[in-house]
This record gives sequence, structure tokens and C-alpha cells, in this order.
Amino acid sequence: MIEVAKLTKRFGSKLAVDNLSFTVEKGDVLGFLGPNGAGKSTTMRMVTGFLPPTSGDAKICGISITENPFEAKTKIGYLPESAPLYNDMTVIGFLKFCASIRKLSGSAKKNAVEKAIETCFLNSVAHQSIDTLSKGYRHRTCLAQALLHDPEVLILDEPTDGLDPNQKYEVRQLIKRLGKDKAILFSTHILEEVEAACTRAVIVDQGKIVADGTPAELIAQAPNGSLTELFRKVTTTDTAA
Amino acid sequence: MTSLTIFRRELKSYFAQPTAYAIIVIFLILSLGFTFTFGNFISLGDASLHYSFFFWHPWLYMLIAPAVGMRLWADEQRNGTIELLGTFPVSTWSAILGKFLAAATVTLVALALTFPIVITVNYLGEPDNGAIIAGYIGSFLVACTFLAITMLVSACTRDQVVCLIVSVTICTIMVLCGYEDFTREFAKATSPAAVEAVVAIGVWDHFSSLNRGLFRLQDFVWFASFITVCLLGTSTILSAKRA
Repeated sequence: MIEVAKLTKRFGSKLAVDNLSFTVEKGDVLGFLGPNGAGKSTTMRMVTGFLPPTSGDAKICGISITENPFEAKTKIGYLPESAPLYNDMTVIGFLKFCASIRKLSGSAKKNAVEKAIETCFLNSVAHQSIDTLSKGYRHRTCLAQALLHDPEVLILDEPTDGLDPNQKYEVRQLIKRLGKDKAILFSTHILEEVEAACTRAVIVDQGKIVADGTPAELIAQAPNGSLTELFRKVTTTDTAA
Repeated sequence: MTSLTIFRRELKSYFAQPTAYAIIVIFLILSLGFTFTFGNFISLGDASLHYSFFFWHPWLYMLIAPAVGMRLWADEQRNGTIELLGTFPVSTWSAILGKFLAAATVTLVALALTFPIVITVNYLGEPDNGAIIAGYIGSFLVACTFLAITMLVSACTRDQVVCLIVSVTICTIMVLCGYEDFTREFAKATSPAAVEAVVAIGVWDHFSSLNRGLFRLQDFVWFASFITVCLLGTSTILSAKRA
């Protein structure tokens, strides 16, 4: 469902993503791990069509994002890292806007918005203005817009960032549930999420993949059976470089 | 279709904040205020809105149009919602069109609310209403041109203030370029060819003819090409920024 082939991104002289290739099939939940600046968000921005790649391509359900971006984007639900929202709208207004953009109308639109609100537990804030929401609710509103059109592919950039432990748990459960019939790619710094929600994980560092496997395989590779130790082993730190 | 969705969202956003209301009120106060004071509407005794009313519009638009348009892209880039727009199945062109139409609608509302002056001039005399309609069309086209310029500048920067200052400067140059007092001074210093070239950039030639009631194809072509070029430029800059 997501096929990334030799994706590369250069910003001037800096090589942010270096020849990245991986696949995510339906039913897979791929955890995208890596230190800050490794190229995770850049990769996601290329896969969702926001940034054009320097070279390489990504295919969403067989549709190339570089050659046919319009169609490919209809298959994706994307949660950007900063969970951007229009502050002057209400939650329900924003979701209705996103539903219209996704070409939903009439009762299909109404049902999709209601379902997204329920899935993301936004009932209590549905009519509140977005600028009055707490961080957790903002994140969930942005996640709701990614789910509106029931996409086959979900790309979530740090979906549990800044959430409290309860909210983190809920989001992970949601990802696990949705992962059963979708292809999900999500990035995180939190290694326990790998075991909690992923069927596979990939560690990237300086734009390259440095580890790839199921959580069990990665733990087997790790010294002391700890993912943190494996992470520290395969990635470079700011101080070292 | 998606242009319409974006148009509606943008328009609602304009009227959800004080921006639109403040601009409309200020435009009304200034345009009608100038008509009766500096425009000498009553003392001139001329049943036409050409000199007293419409004359002020380009001068007002050079400040007001940037104020309306400066938030169009700058806001998206600052909030991060440009990333949402960039990953929605929406073409850049639809977004540009939707936003431009929303800004133009706000200006249209401001312009439409000046209708009392039309009623006044019809009550006081027998004006050429065709010329008045042409004047309104010309005024709206000047506003749209300045909005398109502002949109282009707004795509270049994240900062609303920089956008405002640069757009105001460009629009001021365009207003001054065709203005007679200015061109007279300019003509003393340079050749007639240079003066003609400079006047061609200015809005006055095209605005004045519409103001007088002349519907010339070249004026519409000038306005349409300017607006189209600016909007296409916006599209190019937005794509280039990400590449």
C-alpha cells in the first residue's frame, strides 16, 4: 500500500534523506524511529506529497505521488507533526471543511464527521473554538481530519507527542485497531510504542535505514534485549558527530 | 469545486475576526469622507462621481488592499496549515483562486456599502448612471489588481508586516506612475518614451477611462492579464518554496 523506492531529499548541500526504500502492506503498522533530524518528517512529507523528492518515488496503493499526486492524496490520511489547525474555526466546522475538501457531501459528510468525532473522543469539545483547546484535543482534532474519508493509508507524524499517559494509551489502541485493515506509518521517539502498537519498526539515522524488523526481531538484535540499547547502538548522537 | 470550499472557509474566517469589519468601516469613512471634504462634492455641483468619489479609490486601495490580502498565505505558513493544504487533494491553483475570491468579496462588500452616495447623487441631480456603474467596475478591478499583487507578495513571506509594507510600496508605485502631477515632474527629467513606459504600469489610464464610462477592451485585458500573471506567479512561488 505504501511503497517507498530510493527516496532522496537534498536541501542545498545537506542530504536529509538518503536513498530510502521500504514497504508497508495492508495490516502493517510500521513504526518509524530515529533521533531528531534523522529525516523522519522529511520522508513523511515526501510520501504525502507536500515536499517534492530530489529523486526516487513513493507509491500509495500503486499510485505514484510524484506523477499522480492528486489521486494519491485521496488515499492518504496525514497527521503532520505540528498538528496544524485553523484557530478561528470550531472543531466541527473544521472537520466539515476537511470533509468537503475530501468531496464528501450531504449525509455522507455528516456521518463521517460524527464518526471521526466519536473515534477521537471529541464529543465534549465539538462546538468549541479550536484556539481554546488543549494540546491533547488539538492533536486529536487533527487526527480526526486524517480519518474522515476512511483512507487506506495513514501517515502519522509523532501522533502521541505531548499527550498525557491516558491519551497516549488511547491513541496507541486506536492505531492498533485501525492498523488491522489499513497500512499505517507513524513516527515516534517513544520506544515502548514500538512494542505497544507496531507490527514492524524501522530505525533511521542521518537519512538512512539502520535497522528494520518486527519488534521481536529488533529486541533479539539488541544488546541486553533492550530497544533503547539497540537505538543507541545503531544511531549517532549530536555529540558524537 | 474545492475552490468554492476554500473560498467559503476563507470568507468565514475574514468575518470571524475584526479584520474585515475594521477594513470595511475604514474604507467607508475615508471614501465617503473624502468625497464630501476634499472631493468638494457639494460645491462642485457636478452630478457625477468621477472626481469627487471615484478619484480617491486607487489611493485608498493602495493601503487597504494589502491590509485585506496580507494574511492570505502568510497566515497559512505561520500556522503550519500550509502542510494540510499541501497534502489535501487540492491543487495549488484551486487554493489560490478560492483565497483571491474571498479577499475580492470582502472588498466588494466594502464597495457595495457605498451605495448611499449613488442614491444621493441621483436625488440631487441627473447623473449618468452608466458611467457610475462603469466607475464601480473600474474601482473593483483596481482593488482586485492590488489584491493579486498582495497575494504574490504574501506567498513570498511568512511575516504579515513585511508583506504589508512591500505590497503597499508596489501599489503606491502603480498609483503614482500614471498620476498626472507625478508624470509631469517625471517628464521634465526624462524622454517621452520613458514617460509612456512608466505610465503604462500605472492604473490611472485604465481606471480613468472606465471612470468616464468608456468600456475599452484594452483596459479589461490589462486588468485581467495583471491579475492572472500575479496569481500564476503566486502558484510558481509556492511550488518553488517547497522544492
